[in-house]
Amino acid sequence: MSATAVHSLWTTAADPIQKIDAPNIEYGQLSPTLIVIGAAVIGILVEAFVPRRSRYYAQIFVSVVALVAAFAAVVALAAGGYGTTKAGIAAMGAVAVDGPALFLQGTILLAGLLGVFTFAERRLDPVAHGNRVDSFAAQASSVPGSDSEKAAVKAGFTTTEVFPLLLFVIGGMLVFPAANDLLTLFIALEVFSLPLYLLCAVARRKRIMSQEAAVKYFLLGAFASAFTLFGIALLYGYAGSVSYATLAQVVDGTIETVNPALVGTMGNDALLLIGAAMIVMGLLFKVGAVPFHMWTPDVYQGAPTPVTGFMASATKVAAFGALLRLLYVVLPGLRWDWRPVMMGVAVVTMLGGAIVAITQTDIKRLLAYSSIAHAGFILAGVIATTPDGVSSVLFYLAAYSFVTIGAFSVVTLVRDAGGEATHLSKWAGLGRRSPLVAAVFAVFLLAFAGIPLTSGFAGKFAVFKAAAEGGAGALVVVGVISSAIAAFFYIRVIVLMFFSEPRPEGPTVAVPSPLTMTAIAVGVAVTLVLGVAPQYFLDLAGQAGVFVR
Amino acid sequence: MSFPLLTATAALPAIGAIATAAVPAARRTAAKWLALLVSLATLALAVVVLVRFDPDGDRYQLTESHSWIKDFGVRYELGVDGIAVALIALTALLIPFVILAGWHDADPLETHSSRWRPTQGFFALILAVEAMVIISFEATDVFLFYIFFEAMLIPLYFLIGGFGDRAHAGSDEHAAAQRSYAAVKFLLYNLVGGLIMLAAVIGLYVVAGNFSLQEIAEARANGSLDMATNTERWLFLGFFFAFAVKAPLWPLHTWLPNAMGEATAPVAVLITAVVDKVGTFAMLRFCLGLFPEASKWATPAILVLATISIIYGALLAVGQRDIKRLVAYASISHFGFIIMGIFAMTSQGQSGATLYMVNHGISTAALMLVAGFLISRRGSRLIADYGGVQKVAPVLAGTFLIGSLATLSLPGLAPFVSEFLVLVGTFSRYPAIGIIATFGIVLAALYTLVLYQRTMTGPVRPEVSAMPDLRVRELAVIAPLIALLIFLGVYPKPLTDIVNPAVKQTMSDVQKKDPQPEVEAVK
Repeated sequence: MSATAVHSLWTTAADPIQKIDAPNIEYGQLSPTLIVIGAAVIGILVEAFVPRRSRYYAQIFVSVVALVAAFAAVVALAAGGYGTTKAGIAAMGAVAVDGPALFLQGTILLAGLLGVFTFAERRLDPVAHGNRVDSFAAQASSVPGSDSEKAAVKAGFTTTEVFPLLLFVIGGMLVFPAANDLLTLFIALEVFSLPLYLLCAVARRKRIMSQEAAVKYFLLGAFASAFTLFGIALLYGYAGSVSYATLAQVVDGTIETVNPALVGTMGNDALLLIGAAMIVMGLLFKVGAVPFHMWTPDVYQGAPTPVTGFMASATKVAAFGALLRLLYVVLPGLRWDWRPVMMGVAVVTMLGGAIVAITQTDIKRLLAYSSIAHAGFILAGVIATTPDGVSSVLFYLAAYSFVTIGAFSVVTLVRDAGGEATHLSKWAGLGRRSPLVAAVFAVFLLAFAGIPLTSGFAGKFAVFKAAAEGGAGALVVVGVISSAIAAFFYIRVIVLMFFSEPRPEGPTVAVPSPLTMTAIAVGVAVTLVLGVAPQYFLDLAGQAGVFVR
Repeated sequence: MSFPLLTATAALPAIGAIATAAVPAARRTAAKWLALLVSLATLALAVVVLVRFDPDGDRYQLTESHSWIKDFGVRYELGVDGIAVALIALTALLIPFVILAGWHDADPLETHSSRWRPTQGFFALILAVEAMVIISFEATDVFLFYIFFEAMLIPLYFLIGGFGDRAHAGSDEHAAAQRSYAAVKFLLYNLVGGLIMLAAVIGLYVVAGNFSLQEIAEARANGSLDMATNTERWLFLGFFFAFAVKAPLWPLHTWLPNAMGEATAPVAVLITAVVDKVGTFAMLRFCLGLFPEASKWATPAILVLATISIIYGALLAVGQRDIKRLVAYASISHFGFIIMGIFAMTSQGQSGATLYMVNHGISTAALMLVAGFLISRRGSRLIADYGGVQKVAPVLAGTFLIGSLATLSLPGLAPFVSEFLVLVGTFSRYPAIGIIATFGIVLAALYTLVLYQRTMTGPVRPEVSAMPDLRVRELAVIAPLIALLIFLGVYPKPLTDIVNPAVKQTMSDVQKKDPQPEVEAVK
């Protein structure tokens, strides 16, 4: 008996080992995200290994270098034609590299860079125990008002962890509008949401309010994520795949083969409609559209103002990017179903945001409701379902982010003994005392109101034009009516600043470091340039207006 | 490429505005002189435009055209016809007087902090308004026009709200509240009008594919652009609404008395004599030029509203106790005449309306500025606080009388010519409307003469007994205006020569012929 034969008595020959193909990852095309996530990890290591006094500078250095490098990578990809002719799908179908993705990633990175500047601002708060302090709690884990908090303040601790957290947020946001399957979408959603909840909780002043805001945001956000996840499951049941390309084909009816394991659910339209609605709901929550907007005012008010500014701009950019891709790539076959619903959402968002904003007395809450109204305007562009619709939304998002970051940066400057003076009555007469700051804020308000020669007007015109051409003329009429309502409360703030007598015990305007000044100056410059000469950027958005499938 | 004259005319005050705003806080007087010089230089440029313009040449002259926002189909297109030239000249002419009359209106109070620079702001804003008004007279691209039509609200808003009349009856706080109310009311009315126009502008783009006035008018004339009747009517209403708010036409007029009452007299002149003309001008250029059919469709309703404006404005003027509000209501009555002339669709009516725009600008400026001088002396806007001024300050009273007579269209003064033309033009097509409107003139005599009688004649009130007469600066403001009123009243030909060919063109836009052989009433 030969050895082999003996061997075969108690063994059986296995199939030859199946070779697992190494996934083909296009590192170059994914480099913006990889750089940012990598820098976030380095940031964590900095927290662990670098001495406390150098951490602040090390973190700023890492963040700024990473964001600039990632932006350069985005520009290089766009210049290399990945936004137009070479647009494709990378990372085994998980991530799209195309015009809208690159445009939005560029916008998010620039917003993130300005965000880092405002996060790093240390000249506004009064010096505590000989240390310059920023907007974040000395030690986030210490209970507000406790001895350990006092000790932490006295020791000059600062929460430099906010920088790596911010980088994780940005990393997630870069993937979110580029996600090309539902699971990547969900993971990106969680990657940027969870650190954002944390960032909302770490304000230096009014800590209880900040923590309350974070808890609200977390609970409602978790709820919305659960909706999204449930929707993803239902869509998988409907199509047998989570990939956008396959889903789109199943929705269109071009693929009709049934996965035997899903024979009971595939092709069931109820699953498609409910699943799509639930995912869209999750995204509408993130953009703050009515009726999913309830968290916005509380969170915007409670979060540290630099975080609010960053969140208000970048979250909208990322979430609208994801919404556009979902509606334009996966669900165009369903547009006769979702268009009327989205029109309803757009109408109530525009009107709701504008009307409720009138009654606000806190500048941060006012800007929160204004952001809701703006979400409605952007939705009008989304509904167009034309290439112009895509590019108008891209342009609006870029214009809006810079105005928002600039406006919230100005809010950080106006202070009294209790920190930022956000109650509107305290802004009375600001124009008399600090004409420049008030004038800058007026520029931002006029841009929000969509007055010609500001970026807000160019953006509003672009989305309304796209909506009218896409056959949503009624939406344009509602849009101009809510613009008129919205103009009322923007103007009210200007009246307050310029025409009211200053209060004797009113707030002072802190002189910021060059960091915040840069953020504000960039905001003003972009607002005016996009208002007067928007053609180059419209071209850019126009070229970027085609999704890859 | 030839020298961009039209751009320069608008850009000069814009640059001047920035330069004036940049003058350091301590150099207040320098800022005033700078603003005055810039406005005079702009006047010089406007005169060059006037000279270079050939009334018998092409419809739009001195044209400039550059690509601006390709994605929106927007071009930077300028061009002037006779109507625009006349109004640019009026604007450039009045601004130096406005600046001179408001010389001390924005001097800082002692309570102001040293960083607050109201003087620089005041004159910079006036120049900014001038720049935007001029460019909206020049724009032949609808979008370009819209942008400046809207944007000019912002500097005006600050002018009304930030620099109120110091002669206020109530306390400072009350005055500030009134002023702020007037500014907000002004802005909201006009902004709502503008936003409704925005919807129509977008609609026009969807229908026509571009914004060029000439291209759209040509395409409509040769039939390559066919608008559905209903679409055209809706678009017309969107445009007309904005212009009727600005003009202002009853019942959209209520912002004007507030704004004119609370603003300083020069700013009130700026609003009613200059800015509001953009509204009536735009009716001629855009409503009639783009939507001729809809204009004819809406004519009866608009004529009724215009007639109501004439009578209602005049009646309310009779009942006013406040001098500035009286002038405001008189202006509403006069704007009724202008709009009536435009929509009477006769060449006399439209020539008359265009002349009316110019003459009303000059006569209101004269009356309002003298009224402003009067009010600044006594510190009150109420008619009842005056009496017997002509014995104390005869020159002031005399100029006031001439301004009043111009307002009631006395023959021999410029407004008579235009009012006569408007009434003749209206009567030839709509006799009933013409007859009713004539009562407006009777009422005008009532409110102006009663105003004069109560303030200037009678026993001298003790409060006015020490009132100084007009100073040199004030005379320099008022004398040229009065000279112009008399000159254009006796010899309006230079103006009609420029305006008439443009009016013929507009008439051919709406394909209307005069009901009878044209009577050359003024030539």
